[in-house]
Amino acid sequence: MAAYILEQSFNPWESISEHQKSTTLDNQFGATATFIGTMRDFNDNVAVSAMILEHYPAMTQYYLEKLIDEATCKWNLLDILIIHRVGNIKPSDPIMLIACWSAHRRASLDACSWLIEELKHRAPFWKKETRANGEYWVEKNTNGL
Amino acid sequence: MSIQVKFFASLKETLNIDDHDIKSAATVGEVWDITTNNTERPNNVLVAINLEYAQFESTVKDGDEVAFFPPVTGG
Repeated sequence: MAAYILEQSFNPWESISEHQKSTTLDNQFGATATFIGTMRDFNDNVAVSAMILEHYPAMTQYYLEKLIDEATCKWNLLDILIIHRVGNIKPSDPIMLIACWSAHRRASLDACSWLIEELKHRAPFWKKETRANGEYWVEKNTNGL
Repeated sequence: MSIQVKFFASLKETLNIDDHDIKSAATVGEVWDITTNNTERPNNVLVAINLEYAQFESTVKDGDEVAFFPPVTGG
């Protein structure tokens, strides 16, 4: 189980592969559910050219680890990896990776979906977008639909 | 008594306020009033004490870290 907050860009596919190799999953897992959040070049029908992700370092790390603990209590999971970017981000950059491993599919799928929503509503990150006419703080999450 | 107070994101910019320590307060609400010079509190302000979400009625004690911030927008 691991949660990382990164100031530099990352390749989520490599991160999943490296984490899977580095842990003691052996041959127990039959399911890996992943979610990768990527920066769009628009929001609310307005073009966005860049973004700054601010966070509250100690609380953010604490909450990511707390969410992992809660997920492992709710589902029978073999492993979880969460990576979240902070700092300067460009369109198409990965922002967030959540990966869950389990013996059977339902646990990892449900846990991954739950972690996405809980992270977005509880972990202290804030987005500031650069638009053509200035910088704007994002005031609320999209509804995800 | 010493309480460390932090502000984040749009709230920090709007209030134009730096993090600092205060010497006395009984509740989070008092911490807000002291640090912001009784600025009217936006409805959506969130607060944490020692990294856990709290309420404005929550009590504070010596050594606490109190943080104020707007709704979170990560992910």
